[in-house]
Formats: sequence, structure tokens, C-alpha cells
Amino acid sequence: MSPAIETAGLSKTFGETRALNGVDLFVRRGMVYGLLGPNGAGKTTMIRILATLIRPGGGSARVLGHDIVKEAAAVRAKVSLTGQFASVDEDLTGHENLVLVARLLGFSWRDAKARARELLRAFDLEDAARRQVRTYSGGMRRRLDIAASLVARPELLFLDEPTTGLDPRSRNQVWDIVRAIAGEGTTVLLTTQYLEEADRLAERLAVIDHGRLIAEGTSRELKASIGGRTVHLRVSDPARRDEARALLAETLGHDVHDGHEPTLLAVQCADDEHVPRVLTALTARGIAIAELALAQPSLDDVFFALTGRPAEERPTEEAA
Amino acid sequence: MTELAFRTATTVARIRPPSALSATLTLGWRALLKIKHVPFQLFDVTVFPIMMTLMFTYLFGGALAGSTQAYLQYLLPGIVVQTVLFLTVYTGVGLNTDIQKGLFDRFRSLPIWQPAPIVGALLGDLFRYSLAAVVVLIVGLILGFRPEAGPVGVVLAVLLMLVFASAMSWPWIIVGFLVRQPESVMTTSFLLFPMTFVSDIFVDPRTMPAWLQSVVAVNPVTHLARASRGLMHGSVQLFDIAVVFAASVVVTAIFAPIAMRLYYKER
Ligand SMILES: Nc1ncnc2c1ncn2[C@@H]1O[C@H](COP(=O)(O)OP(=O)(O)OP(=O)(O)O)[C@@H](O)[C@H]1O
Ligand SMILES: [Mg+2]
Repeated sequence: MSPAIETAGLSKTFGETRALNGVDLFVRRGMVYGLLGPNGAGKTTMIRILATLIRPGGGSARVLGHDIVKEAAAVRAKVSLTGQFASVDEDLTGHENLVLVARLLGFSWRDAKARARELLRAFDLEDAARRQVRTYSGGMRRRLDIAASLVARPELLFLDEPTTGLDPRSRNQVWDIVRAIAGEGTTVLLTTQYLEEADRLAERLAVIDHGRLIAEGTSRELKASIGGRTVHLRVSDPARRDEARALLAETLGHDVHDGHEPTLLAVQCADDEHVPRVLTALTARGIAIAELALAQPSLDDVFFALTGRPAEERPTEEAA
Repeated sequence: MTELAFRTATTVARIRPPSALSATLTLGWRALLKIKHVPFQLFDVTVFPIMMTLMFTYLFGGALAGSTQAYLQYLLPGIVVQTVLFLTVYTGVGLNTDIQKGLFDRFRSLPIWQPAPIVGALLGDLFRYSLAAVVVLIVGLILGFRPEAGPVGVVLAVLLMLVFASAMSWPWIIVGFLVRQPESVMTTSFLLFPMTFVSDIFVDPRTMPAWLQSVVAVNPVTHLARASRGLMHGSVQLFDIAVVFAASVVVTAIFAPIAMRLYYKER
């Protein structure tokens, strides 16, 4: 069977901006695949091209076996897209929004209403079904938006940053939904800025930066390539951070980079046994530690490991 | 919970894409729902014409036509025209809102006849125009407007307005595609002021300077207002109706293709 997604040298330029720069991506059917990247990396551009909303500038792509340019209609009939910003009609109720989509997919009025009710129940929106969407919370809106993408079961679902801006509870709900969708055999391509999210949901992931694919693999492979876990360390005296950084780099034998705040350091520990060594070294030198936390590497850590620089934010013009 | 519901969903077999007509009507239905949920929008836009009616009738009516009642008979059909024309801006506003909210992305990714979202919105707008016309007509009747040709004449006049208004919606659709915010569409609507004022909606152009008279004479709004008055009072000139139709065809022929090109162009 053809793969869910296969791209070769996919590129897209907006004016001067190279949003995508020769991306080769391969996604098997039936998996949740994560596209990880900071603001402006090209995630949305990638998804919009694959969903046939915009044309690629160069390269080629096949989605579910169909060429995205020559067979756009065939692709459209099999995929569904939940964009980065909820695309539901604020003036309509949740129920009406779903009926609208169902009708536009060719459901009869009766089936459309039945399907809308079914989805509202599944997404825990029954109580709000008859309320205008403008009264919904961010999490409810997201769920409705995803529900709208599932009216006809797509073979491939694109989710663009499905949890950005949601509180932890709503985020968990969305995660459950994504797992349930995948459990039904739908391939899911989701973009995210959080390694944790990709780690929890995605079987494999690709890291993109400045329109280029800079790493690909399972999250275990990716984290291994970064080197285990990260110790986030706060020194009491910001003046001694440079000293601490140099000391730790020497102790562990690899670079240590600064965190976002003047007292913060992020230290990769390939081995848990390295953690006490970090502590010992600092105490021996008399550098006071204000705070210490052991964490999964963040996107920043991944970027630092892969590119040698933090994932800086590009000035993003609001894309129309 | 979710899992169960997704499974039941499998019973819904893949369905055939809707016909162009069905997709358009469904999107028209959406426009009606919006009117239902946000009815105030409609009354908002009739406040201005009603104010104009009151001001012109009672301030200038006597001076312009001998009596306020005589002037109201002259003015009201033109005011309905003005109301409907001002509403055409909202076609562009609504469209722009849909684009900004990402709704058009969703529509475009559905297997529907691609112009359906635009044509559907236009259908809904026609209904909105009719409702607004009815509101203004009712206020007119209360004030003492008496159409001599009766309800049939009034209905025909409103239908003629709908023809011209649907043509005039296209330029606003284009504006809706080009600007970044719905508010910007609204700001461009000032263009409608010269278009409706430099016509014979408010006064007989005979007392205007000659150059202005010639502008008024070529303004299709003049012919629409004249035809509407004629239809409502039973003295219509076929020439005016013909001009309105011709102008509608020309405006549509110029602007609709541009609008559709912009629609297909990626954003
Ligand atoms: N329509 C457009 N016109 C001009 N530039 C664009 C357009 N769409 C995207 N870009 C630019 O292309 C680059 C990639 O944008 P894209 O939206 O794909 O990034 P992203 O990874 O989705 O970012 P974010 O996390 O902020 O959503 C950015 O520099 C952006 O400014
Ligand atoms: Mg994006």
C-alpha cells in the first residue's frame, strides 16, 4: 500500500521568505507523526501544501498515493485539516457547524443531524450544542474544530498545533482524542512546538527549522542523539553563571548552554549518573545552586543539540 | 467514550459529494442562520435609512415637493434602493471575516463545487436585502407612504433592486478578498455615498448644474430609483428598467471574473 505521505524536495517561497526548503518526508499509514519546529519553521506551510490548500513552489508530494497537484481532488476527498486557528463559524451553534460540514460532504439532512449529535457526544460538547460558538472556551472550540474534521472519517488527518494555547486539562482531552482517532486507524500528522507533546503522541517525528528537515526518527532516537535528559539549573548568583558553565562543560566533556534567564543553565546528561557529578563539581567550587530540575529535553535542547544554537523565533508576519 | 463514538461513525459510509445546487443551498442556509442568530445586524443597517427618511421628509420635504406627504411618495422608493445598496458592503465584510477566521480554508478543502461558498453567501444576502427593504417599507407605510401600484408594484421594484444589488455585491467581494480586516471593507463603503447621493433619490436633478445633471443621468442608481418609483406608483419607463439590467450585466461581467480569480488564487 502507498505511504500516507511521501515528499521529495518540497519547497515553497513567499516573496523573500523560504518557508520550505527541499523537504523529504516519508510517513507510513496508520501512525501518528509529529512535525516539530519553532515559530516560523514552516510547519503550517507544509501542512497546507499537503492538504492542497496551497501549491508547492518546487518538488513533489504524494498523499495516500495521489499527487497533490495533479490529483488534488482525490487527496481532498480523503484528508481532513484542522488548521492552526479554529475554523468554525462563531455565529452558529456547535450543532449547526457540524451539520453544515456534514451537508457539504454530501450527507442527507437526517444523517447530517445524526452525525452532528454523535460527534458532539463524543467530544463532550452535548451541553453546549445549542449555544453559539462565540460563547465557547478555547478548548471547546478546538474540540469542535477537530470534530468538524472528523465528520466523514478521513484516512489522513492534519492537525496544526492542536493544543497551543490550551490549558493542561483541555490539552489532555485533545491528546485522548488524537489517540482515539489513531486507534481507529486514521493516520495523523500533527505539528507542535513542544517536544513533550510529540513524545507522548507521535510514533515518529521530524524536526524542521527554517524550512529544512534537520532530524527524523522516533522520539527515543531523537532524544538519544541529544543525550538523555536535561538538568535545568539555576545558580544563585548570575555573575557566576559563566564560571559554572565552563566548569560543567569541563566535567562532562561537552558544551553546556545558557537558559532564557540570566541565572539558568541547561545541562545535557547522557547518563543519570552524570547528575551527581554536576552537583559535586559545583559544590566543590562553592557555586550555590538555587534550583535544580531534571527534565526531558525541551525543543530548545533538541535545537541546541542539532544546530548548535537555540531555536530563535523568526519575525512571523501574520499569514493571511 | 470517544472511542465508541468514532466506531459508530464507521457506519456512515463514504458519501457522494453534494451537487453544486445542494452545496450552494446549504451555504445559503448558513447565511440564514446567521441572520437568525444576529438579527440586530439587520436592524443596525436600517437605522440609517430610516433616519434619512425622517430628516429629508420632515426637514426638506415641504420645501422640495410642496408637502411632506407628497415628498415621501417621491423619496421612499429611492430610500429602499439606498438601503439595499448599502447592504452590499456586508457581502464583502462577511466574506473577509470568513477568510480571516479560516472558514474558507475549510470550505475549500471540502469536495464541493468551489464557487458554492460565494454563491451561497450571495443567496443569503439576497434574503437579507429583502428583509431590510421590508423593514424600510413598513416604516414608510406607517409614515404615510402609499404606493399607487399596490403590492405587486412594490414586489417588482424590490426584485429589480435585488438584481442590481447582486451585481453590486461583486466589487465588494473583491474588496473582501483584498483587504486584511473586515473593518477595512467598511471604510471603503464611503464610495456608496456619492453613488447614492449623486442620483435622483433625494431631489429631482432639474435644479442641479448641467454637468452634475449629466453625471446623475449616467448613474445607474438614478435609473434604479426612477424605475422603483415608477413600479411602485404605476408609471414605470421601460428604458429605466433596461438600463438597470444592462448595468447589472456589465458590472457582473467585469467584477465577477476578477472575484473568482482572487478566490482561486491561494492566500
Ligand atoms: N502567506 C504568506 N505570505 C508570506 N509569508 C508567509 C506566508 N505564510 C507563511 N509565511 C512565512 O513562511 C515562514 C513559515 O511559516 P509557517 O506559517 O509555515 O511557520 P510555522 O512553523 O507554522 O510557524 P508557527 O509555529 O508560528 O505557526 C514564516 O517566515 C512565515 O512568515
Ligand atoms: Mg503554523
